[in-house]
Amino acid sequence: MSVAVAVSIIVVAVLAAVGFGPSLVARLRRRRAAGPEPPPVARYDPGRERRAESRARELLRSVVSAEEYDMYAELGFLSVPGADPGYAYLVYPHRPILAYDTASGELLSEYCVGFPDRSDPALGERLPDADDVLAKWMSLRGSERRLIAAANMHAPGRQVDPGQARRDLMRLREWRRLRARRARAA
Amino acid sequence: MKLVRMKPGHGDVVLAEGDVDVADDVERLIEEFRRQLDLGMQAAVPTSEGARREALLVRDFADVPRDAERVVFFPPAAGG
Repeated sequence: MSVAVAVSIIVVAVLAAVGFGPSLVARLRRRRAAGPEPPPVARYDPGRERRAESRARELLRSVVSAEEYDMYAELGFLSVPGADPGYAYLVYPHRPILAYDTASGELLSEYCVGFPDRSDPALGERLPDADDVLAKWMSLRGSERRLIAAANMHAPGRQVDPGQARRDLMRLREWRRLRARRARAA
Repeated sequence: MKLVRMKPGHGDVVLAEGDVDVADDVERLIEEFRRQLDLGMQAAVPTSEGARREALLVRDFADVPRDAERVVFFPPAAGG
């Protein structure tokens, strides 16, 4: 009886090897050729970016002046003075930095620069908007020349619509005028 | 002193925290500072003089002012 069971097991094993062996070997070869398994994709979290931006804004608020923070919160960009009072930069999140003449408002140059973080592919390379603005602000305040040297310089209008930038400069002038008036009234 | 790093999907993350008057803490801060620079990060120390705010870019922990509250790490600039 036990001999019959043993023979049956052997027969089943041989049939299984003949039937499934080639496909198992092929699968193993494919897996080996594909290399290591890719990192697991982070579960989609619809609130993650909003929370990240909220934290990034707190960091921005704690680093830049109150006027600069309010400017970003209310206008969506920063105006950062250059080394010379004759020019300044418009700093937008994830868009090129625009140099402009502070007296005439003329747009001078567009500097394409970013801060991609490639350390964790599951999270992507893009910093939250307020972090991108703060990275540009710290780089301009800390070493304007180094940042400008790293950027690709173009004439205005390559990526940022000059009409939009001029309207932003008008909004900025008006915003500063109202803020000064409020400060005098207080 | 706190060492914080900007991260996609997170905002800032605290990497290390310590008292610059405690030797063990300083050692830990220096180790983390170097690790971030080895990863290619830039380090900036926010500073203030009255209402005016500035940032000091540093490449060595010895260049961080002793009274600094934070060092902020962020990825290096790349031409777009």
